[in-house]
Amino acid sequence: MAKSRGLYSTSIGVGVATGLYGISFGALSVSAGLDIWQTQVLSLLMFSGGSQFAFVGVIAAAGTGGAAIGAAMVSAWLLGVRNGFYAVRMAPILKASGLGKLIPAMITIDESVAVATAQEVETDQRKGFWITGLSVFVFWNLMTLFGAILGSTLGDPKSWGLDAAAAAAFLGLIWPRLRERQALAVAALALVVATLTTPSLSAGVPVLLAGLVAVVVGAFNWFARRDAK
Amino acid sequence: MITIWSGILIGSALVFSWKILGYLVPQSVLNHPVVSRVASLLTVALLAALLGVQGLTDGGEVTFDARIPALAVAAALLYFRAPFIVMVAAAAATAALIRLFLGF
Repeated sequence: MAKSRGLYSTSIGVGVATGLYGISFGALSVSAGLDIWQTQVLSLLMFSGGSQFAFVGVIAAAGTGGAAIGAAMVSAWLLGVRNGFYAVRMAPILKASGLGKLIPAMITIDESVAVATAQEVETDQRKGFWITGLSVFVFWNLMTLFGAILGSTLGDPKSWGLDAAAAAAFLGLIWPRLRERQALAVAALALVVATLTTPSLSAGVPVLLAGLVAVVVGAFNWFARRDAK
Repeated sequence: MITIWSGILIGSALVFSWKILGYLVPQSVLNHPVVSRVASLLTVALLAALLGVQGLTDGGEVTFDARIPALAVAAALLYFRAPFIVMVAAAAATAALIRLFLGF
């Protein structure tokens, strides 16, 4: 349906918009205690916004001890799970085989899949996936570097409100999901569990414990809308 | 001893494992309703937990400070569909100004 030119501008527009919040990732990562290189490698290799924010968020709260880094890795891993479902959706469209699956896997993220699945024709779906994925990759990495350099020139992160910015980033990532009743209930429970257990558990663990809320609520399908059954 | 660098590399490999898994396993496995529901709620739970830890705790203690009005500003901007970067910057500015002038 969308003309090719429209598809190009949508795909690149999404890349630029996503790249812009790469600035906040770069700045927050540096204020969490990672250096510019570590921040940049996260954007190059991990390349999944939610997982990256989680990784540096746990480090910011828990420091760089072995247990903290372990919790940061597991949090990032668990937050990446949705990409697996995106890949399932993209596999029959991309029809990649063998090692040719590695590159599309790398750019299988929220934005590329969202643009691809919004197209009606399969060739447009493929084009949308590739152009969006690659433009997000380029802009996300450039803006991460910019944000990291910017962040490293600021002094005390708190006096610039960067701790509030990190919290706001998580609020922004979760916001679109809060209209669903079940997701809202899980979010509220998880927030309370993680916050209240923070003083008594070692840092990083409360976030993982809150993940159990999702497993229990999801397995028993609590708080689901009755009409959705 | 896990260093920050090995954490970054292993963490990146772990995140990639999901992305490649979806291209390797048969669709029926991940399309099971319970599996996909838990996975989708897991994202919500972890982000909400991180919001709580980042917004309401400091140094391992529950702390209410300038981050709360900053989050209220962020929520208002999200409600009016402001761009992500604008919302994050406004939250930072709110907290920074409150600390500068009111000192909490």
